[in-house]
Parts: sequence; C-alpha cells; structure tokens
Amino acid sequence: MNVPLRHQSASQRTIIVDCDIHPAYRTPKDLHPFLPARWREHMVTFGEHLRQGLSGQLAWPRMMASGMRVDAFPEQGPPGSDLALMRKQHLDPNGVEYGMLMQLSKGGMEERNLDLAAALSHAVNDWQLATFVEPEPRLRAGIVVPQEDAAFAVSEIEHRADDARFSQILISPRSSDPLGHRRYWPIFEAAQAADRPIALHVQGFSGGHASTGAGWPTYYMQEHYAASSGMQNTLTSLVLEGVFERFPKLKVVLIEGGFVWAPALCWRMDKHWERMRAETPEVKRPPSEYVREHCWFTTQPIEEPDDPRHLAEIIDWIGWDRVMFSTDYPHWDFDDPQQVLKFQPSEEQKRKLFRDNAKVLYGLA
Amino acid sequence: MKLPYPGAIDCDLHPAMPGVGALLPYLDEYWRDQLTNRHIDRTAFNLTSYPPNAPLSARPDWRQASGAPGGDLAMIRAQALDPFGTKFAICNVLHGAVALFNEDMAAALCAAVNDWTAHELLDREPRLRASILVPMHNPALAVAEIERKAGDRRFVQVLILAMGEMLLGRRIYWPIYAAAEKHGLAIGIHAGSTYHHAPTAAGWPAHRLEDYVAQSTAFESQLLSFLAEGVFQKFSALKIVLIESGFTWLPTLLWRTSKTWRGVRPEVPWIDRPPADIIRERVRLTLQPVDAPRGEPQVLARTLAHIGSDAMLLFSTDYPHWQFDGEDVLPEGLCDEAVRKIIIDNPLDTYPRLREGATIGDNRPINQEAVR
Repeated sequence: MNVPLRHQSASQRTIIVDCDIHPAYRTPKDLHPFLPARWREHMVTFGEHLRQGLSGQLAWPRMMASGMRVDAFPEQGPPGSDLALMRKQHLDPNGVEYGMLMQLSKGGMEERNLDLAAALSHAVNDWQLATFVEPEPRLRAGIVVPQEDAAFAVSEIEHRADDARFSQILISPRSSDPLGHRRYWPIFEAAQAADRPIALHVQGFSGGHASTGAGWPTYYMQEHYAASSGMQNTLTSLVLEGVFERFPKLKVVLIEGGFVWAPALCWRMDKHWERMRAETPEVKRPPSEYVREHCWFTTQPIEEPDDPRHLAEIIDWIGWDRVMFSTDYPHWDFDDPQQVLKFQPSEEQKRKLFRDNAKVLYGLA
Repeated sequence: MKLPYPGAIDCDLHPAMPGVGALLPYLDEYWRDQLTNRHIDRTAFNLTSYPPNAPLSARPDWRQASGAPGGDLAMIRAQALDPFGTKFAICNVLHGAVALFNEDMAAALCAAVNDWTAHELLDREPRLRASILVPMHNPALAVAEIERKAGDRRFVQVLILAMGEMLLGRRIYWPIYAAAEKHGLAIGIHAGSTYHHAPTAAGWPAHRLEDYVAQSTAFESQLLSFLAEGVFQKFSALKIVLIESGFTWLPTLLWRTSKTWRGVRPEVPWIDRPPADIIRERVRLTLQPVDAPRGEPQVLARTLAHIGSDAMLLFSTDYPHWQFDGEDVLPEGLCDEAVRKIIIDNPLDTYPRLREGATIGDNRPINQEAVR
C-alpha cells in the first residue's frame, strides 16, 4: 500500500471528487490562534479528556507509521499537515477536482468536557478554512461539531450555514447513545435547515462503548473491522428510531465504514421490521426505503472479492448513485483511484462513482 | 418452499423451560434452599433478547392457550418435528441463567438445565438432541460442565450466547474449546445478549427490533475474534456454528477480512492463509432467519454465490420463533443439491455425534444415493 504513484498524463486521468481526505495540524499550537486564552491554557495543562485508557496514542497500535502512508510524511509535522505535499502527492497527480476534509477527533466530538468540546469545534472549523480551504479552493471543509452538546452544535451549524466552503456536518457515529436517540434530533433538524449532509466518519472511542456489541477487540485487525460493524449499528439506529421519517430531507454520508454490508443490513431490517413493526410505528415504510433515499456511502477501504464482479453486483443493489469514491489520504490503507475497481464499470457508472454523485450531493459546481 | 423429503436435521429448536421451580429436583440442597428462600424459584429467567409476547419470539399458530410456546413436548412433536419429517432436532435451551452475575449460581442452574433437558426431553423423544448450556463467566466452571455432560452422546455441542462478557476468541476461553474439541462437540453461538454491556458499538438502542438487527454485527465480531486470536489454528478439529445469526451478511466479512489480512498479517502471524478460506472450512451457520428479500430468489442465489461454499448452511426451523409461515421453511431458489446438503449432509458433517444414532438408511433421501 506504499507503492509509489504512477505518473500519468492529464489525458489518462479520471477527474475525481475524493470524499475522505485527512488534514492534520503540525503541532497542537496550530490551533492556538483560534482558541480563547482560557482554552489554550486548559489544553496545555490538562489536554483532551477522552473515554480511553491511553493518552495521546491509540490502544491498538497501527500496523505501520502510526497508520499513515510512509511516503506521506512531510519534512515537519505529521502526514496531512503540509498542503504543498498533499497537492504534489495526491491532489494533482490523482486529478482531484474537489476533496472533502475529514478533521476528526481534534474538533471535540470525542471530548468529555463539553465546554472544551465547543471551543475545539469552533477553533477547528476556523482552522480548516485558514489552513487548507482558503489557500486551496479544491478542498472543502466540514462543520465539525460535538454531538453530545446538541445546543452548541446547532449554534455552530447555524453560524457556518451561509459559508459555502463548508460542505457537510461532521459528528461521531460512536456517540454516547445511538445516534437515532432524540437528544441528537436538534442536530438533524439544523442540518436539514442548513441543507448540509450529516457526515459520519468512523471514530476511535467517542461514547466509550466497546467497539463491538460483544466486547473489546484484541487486535488492530479486529478494531479495523469494527468500523464496519459499528457503522451498521449506527445506521440501524437512525432508521429504526424514525429519524428519516421525522426529517424527510436529511442526508447522511457514511464514510470509511464500508458499504458492502448495506444490502444485507437492509434485508435484515426489512424482514424483522415486518415482524416487529408494532414496536416502532413511527417507521412507516420498509427500512430499506429510507436507506435508499437518505444515505450515501464512500468506498475506502474497498472490499476485494475473489470475483470482482461480485462487488459490482453489490453496488447494483445499493444503487450507482449512492456510492462515492474516497481515498482516505494520507492513511496507510489509501485506495488509489486508478486501481480501486478490479472490474470494468460502464463510463456512466465510473463518472457517477468517482465524481458526479459527490458533486450532486454536495452541490459542487 | 417445503422440505422435499423427510429426514432433515433441525439444528435450532427452542424448547421453553418451565419456571425455575422445575429445576429444584436437579439441584443440590444448598441451591434448593437458596432458590426457595430467596424466591428465585418463582422467577422465569426469560432472556431480555426474547420477550415471550413479542411477535418474533413465537409464531402465532405455535402459541398455546396457556404455557410458553415450545414448553410442551407433545406440542414440539406436533408443530416442530412431525410436519417437517425431522430426523433429529438439536435443542438449544435459552435459559436466563447465563445472564446472572453470580457465577456459582449460574453454573448450578446451567447444570440443572442440562440435566432437565436430558431427562425431560431427550429421554422421552428419541429425535431430540441438545446443546450443553455453560456458564461463560468462569471458564473452569464451563469446562467442568462440559466434562460432566460429554459422556451423554445425545449432547452434540456447547451453547454460548453471542454477546457475553468478552469476545469469545480470547485465550481465557480456550480451555472450553479444548474440552469441546476433545469430546467431538461443536461450539454453538446463539443470538442473544447477557446485556452486561451495550449491545452495539454505538450504545444502547431504544427498541428490541434494533437489538435483534444488531445480533448479526455481534456475530461478525465473534467470528473475527476467533479468527484473529488463532482459535482455528490452535483447535484444528473444532467447528464453530453460528445459530440464528442470519447469513446474508457473510460476504462482507469474507471479503473484508481477507483484504485487511494482507495489510495486517504481521500482527496475527498465525493466520497462515486467507481468512475467507479458513472461515468457509470451519464455520457453519443455521438457515433461519433468511434475511433476504421475499419474492426475489435470484438475490439469495447471488448472495450464496458470494459466500462461495455450499457446505456452510445447516437446516433450522428456529422453532418456535417466527421466521417463516406454514411449512415453507426453505427459501425459494435452492437447487436440489444445495437442499440435500443443507438439510442432511452439512449437519451430519458438523455434528459427528449425530451419525452415532443414524444408520445410513435412516438418512437416505428418497430415490437418491446414500449420504456419505
């Protein structure tokens, strides 16, 4: 996964929208200009307060280079912190027309101290603009908000709603309660009003629940997979707690959580909803219909069945208008747009998956 | 569709236990005193996963005027065995003892449940087989229960809930797998949770329906746990059976683990070949529920092609749970060969103890060659 990128002439390139790019700051001090003095001092003295046992590192050490492409380290700072390298290594050679920034936990969505979470959220949103989006118009920011403080989240969404450089709203799919719970509904209402999708990118610890319903995994191999099983739990909650019935214009993007599972999860929800629907009368239609209308999925890390056509069949079932390409740059399991599909899609399918679905969803010119 | 001929082996049947009072004859004096003095003998020990009156927990026509569905042997015969021409049915008694925190009480109750099952069900109905319910709180106690019951060849597997204290591949549980392997017992993991922690990575859902849907993700996590910890390498003869798990989610797991393994194999160097190959060889799943769209047999056929093995599915009715109507226990779109494997060959290969009570002639499908 650290093979040097092949150089291609412009004519060979597919123009793409990359729905998952991870920016980083060089040092925590990069946030200081955007944080009030009170919170600068708090961060230096106490730091983040998360629901995990190790501070400042991951309890499942990644397989290589902190989970990064080893070729993505700039001279200073971590991968994703150097815009020049990002352009040279990814945006330019891979024909990225637009790139969606995924600034994750640094924006307070996993923070236990909700006052700090609010300060970090506001700061990270300013920082994304100043550091990446203003100098590089191909990049689009996400409004990062802490889902556990819905009142603040709504105010931050409203504050950013008129700024077209913010394409979506980022909250954690691993919230303290499943995301369909009504304590999160004000966020969905604000998202609908601001006409922005809710983006759910897999997260580390967030609500502090074990990363599987059956307990904590031992190995990174399992934790990596838990992104996929956990995302199914989150989507199930949104559908079966009636969120899409209540917010009929809400759009949700599921990022880095897999997509191959979507048809089977829909069949399972439909089958057992039919049996148990008296329990959830607010879910008025078969669950699969809500998923089909309200959900988009990004591709990385893409599955690779022995017979590549099997993957095409899965996308047929989900709908070619609902799957969007992503690379996860600069992480170790980056998907290369030139090599990601092992089957030959039609030109229309290719255009939709690599570019048009995202442009339609995010209203990109 | 209906079963085409008799002789099927039903790998998931749920007799209901009467109240815990029925277990008193199977308990020693200390536990009899404990249960009666504390009025524990008046409790039902129903698992939260299966509320008795919920539609999923029992098919309407399998409910009785009084008593729990599946709680009466005559009813089991009339509703679950005779209509399907069942050769054998494996009883999975889902008793709430496993959700206790007191591991001594759990062990005593599990033992009593197993003895009750042998005496009240297996002794009275020769078509029935059973699983050994074990207290997973304490692997030593679980092993002791396996050793105690393994001599009764009518017990064919060890029964564990899909969501307990910890992921099941953890090495603390390995003595249980060693005991099961030694005695030729499969490890059967059944849907359900002890609810000792949240049943999803996202926390506690509001509805029972959500909990039930989430069972399949727990099964994914358990399979991956067995795989990553090296259980399949350490116990090369052990079969893992996922019961009431659904199976249409399996392609995602096969594809994703085989791909991820290529990147993470230095972390789990004992995994010596693609995970999909290991899982296809060593893991079995019961048929019901069939989570596929009704009236679209081609979708199920494609999913079975994605799974890539016809050796993995084991016939089940999941009686008395409401997974299908009438006698249409098989999904549409299965070819003759697949049906025979699902209803007879695969169960016999998974549970070698079943062969001991079955002559070749007993398992011969009408006008077809003898089962291996």
